[in-house]
Formats: sequence, structure tokens, C-alpha cells
Amino acid sequence: MIRKIFIILSLLVIVLFCIMFSISIGVMQIPFREVLKVLFTSEESIHRIIVFDLRLPRTLVATLVGICLSLSGCILQGVMRNTLASPSTIGVTSGASFVGYVTLVVFPDLYYLLAVGSIIGAFLTTMIIYSLAFSKGVSSVRMILSGLAVTALFSAFNDVIKIFFAERIVDAQSFMLGSLNGTTWEQFFMISPFAIIGIVICFFIPNKLNILMLGDEIAYSLGINVERFKLFLIILASLLSGVAVAVAGLISFVGLIIPHIARLLVGSDYKYLFPTAILLSTIFMTICDMIGRIIIMPAEMPVSVIISFIGAPFFLYLLRTREMTK
Amino acid sequence: MYFGYKNIYITFGKKEILKDVTMSFEKNKVSTIIGKNGCGKSSLLRILSNAVKPISGEVIFEDKLLKEYTRKDIAKRIAILPQVHDAPSDTTVETLVSYGRYPHKHKSIMTSKEDEEIISQSMELMGLTDIRKQSLGTLSGGQRQRAWIAMTLTQQPEILILDEPTTHLDITYQIEILSLIESLNKKFGLTVIMVLHDLNQASRYSHKMYVINNKKVEAIGTPNEILTTSMMEKVFSLKTTILEDNYAKRPYFLAKYSVKHNK
Repeated sequence: MIRKIFIILSLLVIVLFCIMFSISIGVMQIPFREVLKVLFTSEESIHRIIVFDLRLPRTLVATLVGICLSLSGCILQGVMRNTLASPSTIGVTSGASFVGYVTLVVFPDLYYLLAVGSIIGAFLTTMIIYSLAFSKGVSSVRMILSGLAVTALFSAFNDVIKIFFAERIVDAQSFMLGSLNGTTWEQFFMISPFAIIGIVICFFIPNKLNILMLGDEIAYSLGINVERFKLFLIILASLLSGVAVAVAGLISFVGLIIPHIARLLVGSDYKYLFPTAILLSTIFMTICDMIGRIIIMPAEMPVSVIISFIGAPFFLYLLRTREMTK
Repeated sequence: MYFGYKNIYITFGKKEILKDVTMSFEKNKVSTIIGKNGCGKSSLLRILSNAVKPISGEVIFEDKLLKEYTRKDIAKRIAILPQVHDAPSDTTVETLVSYGRYPHKHKSIMTSKEDEEIISQSMELMGLTDIRKQSLGTLSGGQRQRAWIAMTLTQQPEILILDEPTTHLDITYQIEILSLIESLNKKFGLTVIMVLHDLNQASRYSHKMYVINNKKVEAIGTPNEILTTSMMEKVFSLKTTILEDNYAKRPYFLAKYSVKHNK
């Protein structure tokens, strides 16, 4: 237990460094000392404008997106009782982006509805996958294949929308590309209410989730209304992944990699898993975003590209090691 | 009726599993349900963990329908250990056992002094104190099963329901588990209802046996009443010799041959 708390505290320190770096690095370098000065005094300067109008909202949005996706991954893995579940592997993010697109097309003037649309899309997709893949527990094969089919279907729909309504969705560049370029406070305020509600709820359910991990029958006999709790978890996971998709588009694999590394570090107890996942995803997202910003400077590589370069091989590695251990 | 089933009817798809099963279990006794594979004996227990939903019929607890109690109230008084159970392999014995306090907990996240005591008591009873910090993945099958039973004891139930608690265990551990269950009944008057595969073990450890055959209750009685040559032939299609064990004064059988294949 002491080891786990030590790990969490160390991660917290790394998080602070990453956030500082993320604010400091870019086309215009701002030294650490300046960053601190800008954050903690009210002196007017060019640095202040860069930090407050560009870097800070972007870093915060990146952080929130990462946290939401990884918490959603942790929860989905619990509901499906399968560590290969995550918002992207089971097609939830693609469903969220599809309904997001539809919302943009139908209500082009109501930009903030995008978040609501994505959340609804995420929820519907999770329910579809859960019912398709479920029969006495979720089999990995059926879950991944259902996810694949659902993703293919929704991407096809998305392409149709992009072709027929190109002019209506032009404003939602980052949503389409999976990029955090040009993120402003507007996006932060669009997602933060949903994200914060979702994150706060996560701190109240670890005990119950731990018991759900003992299997439906045991959980039921310990007094949990299993069906209702699972539905609640699916809604929560959808809220979290939908909100992330609304600002960052199709960012794959964060929801898979982070819960896995967190499990390796602190084990499967949700009391430790959630905080670890939150910290790890903050570190991971800010680093990926920084790489994207500097790798082809002055141009930018969308953060989703960087994450996929790291995430896809990791996913294949997981599939392989799981086969081996069976 | 203290605890039991009334007119239970179970089907899987179009297949009838049980029809009109009524049985009543006695308080402070060890009761064992026996029958052939697929006769529906496990299904009867799985009604209680919501894994099987009967078409009709009721479960009765202290003369009231079980569904009139709240889930938490039931969990405080009846503990169930299903046949198949699984926990993340890095869970420690202590953590698993502590989950049994869940139905008793109020909103607080921390475990109280009283909880701690009950948790260490259950571990003591099941002989887990020395391995309490070990994770489930490192334990033997017998130790793991003991940990699970300790978890159910931590619920402080008055009825303990076990679905084949000895499957996949070596004979040493089978007897170890059954002896522990026997001592819980003797020491604390715990009512035990279980499904067992091994008829000789059922006879050795239970006060009453419940035989399910042809979707119905075939017979209910003491081991001496149940373990007879005629019953063995009727229900299990076996020609048998029935003997009495000098130590426990319970009947046991030796099979001569199967009636089906040795006419």
C-alpha cells in the first residue's frame, strides 16, 4: 500500500513538471521562470498573452481529454470484465464522433451541442457493443470484432457526411483531425462541466467497482443491483469518452494504454487505479501534445497521430501477450 | 418455513429443467442437494444470485417472500458462493475477505475497528492469517477456496449457500473445506445449504439430503434414508453395496456396475 501511494505521489510530481513544460515549449520558448511569473503575478507581458490565450487552455484541454478517455477505459474494462475494452477498441469513439457530426450538421449554429451529441453517440454505441458481445461475460474476440464492425460502419457514415455537408463542418477542424491545434477557452468551457462531473463521480465508485470485479453473482449476493450499476457505469463511461471526442475527435488508444500501464503499476484495485490513470494520462497527453508541437516546427502534427504511432504497436503487443498467456 | 423454495419452475429456452419444486431447509443444519449432472440442482441455488430466473415459484425466507427483503438486508443474512468465481489475481487475501463487509458498510470509505475485527476473525477461522498479505494468484486451489469462504463469513450470514465448494480441488483440500464447513455449523449454528457432487461426502457431512430427479424432488431425508440401494438404482442407475463408516456412523456406497450398460 505504501508503495502504491509512493507511486501516485511521484506521478504527481511528474505531472507538475509536464504541465510546466507544456506551457513553456512551443514556437516561442518561454523559460520556466517566466512561466511561474506569468502564472502567479499579474504583470502584463507578451508571455502572459501566449500563456493564457494559447498554451494554458490547450494544456488543460489535452489533460482533460486524456483523463476522460483513460477513466472511461478503466470503467469499460470493469463492465466488460475484459482488459482489452477501451473507448476506441470497441468503437465508442467512432459512434460518438458520428453523432457529433450529425449534431453539427443539424444544428450548425449551436456549437456547444457537439458535446451533448458526442455523449449520446458514445452511450448508444456502448449499449450496442455490450448487447452484441455479451453472453456469460464478454468474449474478447466478439467484443473486438463488434467494435471493428461498428467503427467501420460509423466511419463510412462520417465520410458521407464529410462529402455532403463539407461547408457545415468546416469550423470543427480539430474535431475532424484529432488535433488540439488552436484550442481555446471556448472548448475548455464546453467540455469541462461534463468532464468534471464525470471525474468527480469516479471518486465515489471504486469500492462498488471492486466488488463488481468479483463477478455478477458475487456482486449480486453482496447486495449490489448489478444490472442497474452496470447501466450507470456505461452512462458514466459514455459521458467521459463522449466529452473527449467532442473536442479532440478520434483520439485512439489513450483509453487502452493508460489503464494498462496503471494496472501494471498499482494493480487492479480501483481505489488506486483511478488516481493513477488520471495522473498517467495527464503525463502521456501533455508529452504527446508537446511532441506534436515541436516535431515539425513551425507546423504541427495532430496529437492523435503521435498517440496512434505509440498506441497501435502497444495494442498489438497486448494482443500478442494475451494470446501467449492463455 | 425458515428457508426454502415453493413451486419453482425453471426452463432454459424450451427445455424444462425443474417443475414444481418445493423444498424447505432447516435452521442450523447442513443440507445438501444431490442429483445427476444437469438435473437442475445448481440452477436452484443460482436463483438466489439472480443468475437463473424461474418462470414461476418463490423463494421463502422466514415465512416471507425473499423478494420482499431489500438486497442489502438479504446480503447481511444470506451469503452465497457460486461455483464459478473470479477475482483479479493481484487481490490479496485480506482485501478479498474485507469485501464481505460491503453490505454492512454505510457511506464511509474506511473500514471501522469492528469491521477489522470481523475480517481477521474470518481469516483466523479459515486458517488464512499467515497468508493474508499474499495475492490470490500465488495461492493453491484449496487456499483460494478458503479465502472465498472467509469472504462469505465476513458477511456474518446466518445462512451460507455453497455451489459445489469442492470442485477442482484435490481430495485433501476437499475434505479440508468440508470439515471447515462442518465446524462452522457446529460452532456457530450456521445454516449451510450446498450442492455436492460426491454422494459419500454428502452423506458424511450433511444432516439432510435433497434428491432431485426427473425435474422433481425425488426424496428428502437423512443420509440413512437416502443412501439406499433402491435410490441409487433409481436416480443414478447404479447397482451398489451400501456400507456404514465406523468413524462417522454414516452410510456410504460402493458401485458394482451401471444398470444401463451391464444388463
